Amino acid sequence: MVAGTLVGMTRIDKNPSGANSAVTVRGLVKHYGETKALDGVDLDVREGTVMGVLGPNGAGKTTLVRILSTLITPDAGHATVAGHDVVRQPRQLRRVIGLTGQYASVDEKLPGWENLYMIGRLLDLPRKEARARADELLERFSLTEAAKRPASTYSGGMRRRLDLAASMIGRPAVLYLDEPTTGLDPRTRNEVWDEVQRMVGDGVTVLLTTQYMEEAEQLASELTVIDRGKVIAGGAIDELKAKVGGRTLRIRPADPVELRPLASALDELGITGIATTTVDAGSGTLLVPILSDEQLTAVTGAVVARGVTIASITTELPSLDEVFLSLTGHRASAPQDATPTELEKVSV
Amino acid sequence: MSAATVPVTTDIKADARIGLRGHLRHTGALVRRNLLWIRQDPESMFDAILMPVVFTLLFVYVFGGSIGQSLGGGQDQYVQYVVPGLMAMTSMNISMGVGTGFNQDFQSGVMDRFRSLPIGRGSVLIAKIVVELMRMLIATAILLVVGVLVGFDITNWPGLFAAVGLSVVFGSALMWVFLTLGVTMKNAQSVQAMGFLVLMPLQFGSSIFAPTESMPGWLQAFTDYNPLSSLADAARGLMVQGPLTHDLWVTLGWSALLTLVMAPIAIHKFRTKS
Repeated sequence: MVAGTLVGMTRIDKNPSGANSAVTVRGLVKHYGETKALDGVDLDVREGTVMGVLGPNGAGKTTLVRILSTLITPDAGHATVAGHDVVRQPRQLRRVIGLTGQYASVDEKLPGWENLYMIGRLLDLPRKEARARADELLERFSLTEAAKRPASTYSGGMRRRLDLAASMIGRPAVLYLDEPTTGLDPRTRNEVWDEVQRMVGDGVTVLLTTQYMEEAEQLASELTVIDRGKVIAGGAIDELKAKVGGRTLRIRPADPVELRPLASALDELGITGIATTTVDAGSGTLLVPILSDEQLTAVTGAVVARGVTIASITTELPSLDEVFLSLTGHRASAPQDATPTELEKVSV
Repeated sequence: MSAATVPVTTDIKADARIGLRGHLRHTGALVRRNLLWIRQDPESMFDAILMPVVFTLLFVYVFGGSIGQSLGGGQDQYVQYVVPGLMAMTSMNISMGVGTGFNQDFQSGVMDRFRSLPIGRGSVLIAKIVVELMRMLIATAILLVVGVLVGFDITNWPGLFAAVGLSVVFGSALMWVFLTLGVTMKNAQSVQAMGFLVLMPLQFGSSIFAPTESMPGWLQAFTDYNPLSSLADAARGLMVQGPLTHDLWVTLGWSALLTLVMAPIAIHKFRTKS
């Protein structure tokens, strides 16, 4: 099956065109002394979509979220969330947002239920409703059994789920997820992703910051890549990937013996210009970089002409890691960050 | 600019309106939070419960006899002297908790959550102060009970209540100082260390534990102007020997001064900390 193309197609329904902008950011600047945390950022998040803000540590992602949640004020530029200006209408704005992040957290000393009840009361829910909402959200995020335990006794995944529940109490129109899975092990990360996808299903607009390509691909329909306080690229994830590089054709012959002869045959034919066909013995596949539909057709034709039985054939878009590299000229991970793979080793 | 300002001004008005009931609701929810802290972590009440007991027993039984003699009596005489002083000390020590508590909130990120909610930032502040005042009253009550058990004679009930009130007033004025420390310093340990550094000389260089007459002149100069001496002497005057107006006014003056100077600084630091 042509898996890569299928993924591209399923993404389309997440992008209803013509929706209103839930978050509008224009020329946002924030300096800390000499450091330009944000250096003129523009951003639009359409209602009901997930916007991924991708960048390495220190790119300005958290500064952006802190401005959009009225925790700090910008030095220049302006931003509105659900029509409320971040500087002039902070209190109305706070009514429509939810914030979950590496910095904004729950009270560790309080039991899960008490955390949610407290936030309900702070959001002016009547006592009865605040109680009901706390119960309901604990249930929804599978925390009912841990309701009475202090949050400090929770596992990393439970903590994040409680964070998410806390930011959902006020039924926000716009939800900020500031690196929601940083420091989590892969299994827990998947749990959090599932929860986020459910929330998106309910129609919440999400602004997600992340340094993980995989996370942006999983959750976001559109992406803004920022680096050193500047937007360096933006658009639908697949568009962005297509813009940056060609596809890779992955062919799995039914008989692995065919792998090497097929590879050298394709290189000899020179359809893609250079001998770049690689053999991935582990998965028993051939990887052929292609730059156009014509090349794709030619390569497939050549394989068929040799009489090789094909077990599977797919085209793949470049990974976001590669996207970042070609956009910024340096790798996405600053030395101190963990990539998801490194993280798996340390955090289990 | 001019086109945008028209709708914005009305927004600011709507923005500012939380209302008294709203503020009370928010403060109530946050007071509940701080009380739950105590329930989750009863050790945090040790300072309020044990300190008055330990200090009273320590001072009365270790120093009571000899200092009492110099007062022209014995241990009984010293109990009458030291209990009002310990009351002053207790309210001071408790007020330090405001600083460490806020520091932890900022470190843990809970404060960011609060500040992204549509509540007045003052509610967070007031809730903390309310709970610390409760702790202060509990500690004072325990101190008085222990005091009576070791022989303190309550001769003047209205004076006693006035003295409790006075030390609470002074203690809450001092909270602004610790609040400022709590918001500006890096971690709770340094807030506590700094607090003790300030408190120790003030407490021992005062008339809390012993009369100052036998101290060297330079130290007396310090103790005379030490607000804790005034507080201790005023409490003593109210509880034991009838009102001492001078010390009473000096203490109230200090409380007003500390509040007027430190409260705006603390509130400003609190509001602008990011």
